Amino acid sequence: MFRKKKRPMAEISSSGMADIAFLLLLFFLVTTTIDVDTGIDLVLPPWVDNAEQVAVKSDNIANLLVNEVGDVLLDEKIIGVPQIKEEMIARIKANPKLIISYKTVRDTPYKIYIDVMDQLKMAYEALRQEYSREKFGLPMDQVNEEQLQEIRRTIPQRISLAEPTQAEA
Amino acid sequence: MKFQKKISSTTQGIPMSSLPDIIFMLLIFFMVTTVLREVDVQVQYSLPEAVSVEKIDNKRLLSYIWIGSDERIQIDDSIIPVGSISNIAYQKRMNNPNVIMSLRIDKGSRMGIVSDVQQELRRADALRINYSALVKL
Repeated sequence: MFRKKKRPMAEISSSGMADIAFLLLLFFLVTTTIDVDTGIDLVLPPWVDNAEQVAVKSDNIANLLVNEVGDVLLDEKIIGVPQIKEEMIARIKANPKLIISYKTVRDTPYKIYIDVMDQLKMAYEALRQEYSREKFGLPMDQVNEEQLQEIRRTIPQRISLAEPTQAEA
Repeated sequence: MKFQKKISSTTQGIPMSSLPDIIFMLLIFFMVTTVLREVDVQVQYSLPEAVSVEKIDNKRLLSYIWIGSDERIQIDDSIIPVGSISNIAYQKRMNNPNVIMSLRIDKGSRMGIVSDVQQELRRADALRINYSALVKL
């Protein structure tokens, strides 16, 4: 009679399994990149069917025009893009009610548009920072939520986006 | 009389044999919950640079619109014409009223197309936008 010889079960040592799993976990943890989105925030004006013309005193408007090659006109005077920030800070200080009317033509390159928008944002940022230091004695990233709201209320960003016009041929 | 300390016969110690299972479970949990929602971007674009950029804290609110260097517009996974943006944006706003439309526009684009897109977004009442830009060092 044949009888199968009983053999001990083959075993894989499982003590290293934990290490392998740990290695996998660490690999995924390390290789996962969480890229942060950065950009310039803006709130568009609501859509109205029949745009109501609101008369604004011309003293309270700064007209910013950009043409198709990227020349910037601020109230009929040509201005270099890097100078916009300082100019705007001075103007908003002189007149806190200032509305910046930002207008481009349809052929203005987007890059120039962003550069100018960046300058405007920087100007507001500098003004808010200054207000924060004067009022609360703290830079803006250290004030609490309530104070931040007050800063935003006191110095609102008044940028009016006009629809681009067709460049004259 | 001798006092003898009672020693329990069972061995103390946590069984380590299930440790790999626990770690595997953790691994699988993280692998499952990680959202890998990578949209194939079919347009070519390079973002402009700006100094006063802000980080967007809440990525769940974001919805992207790409405008490539050839002025094609992509939302989610498809290239769409300008006129249908308002419908899509309206749907997105219905699902998420606080949606932020992130505009990833090629820096060589013309303002005409950008403005057309913005008008469409205004029509759909999706007013919070964000011009995606890289941090200028």
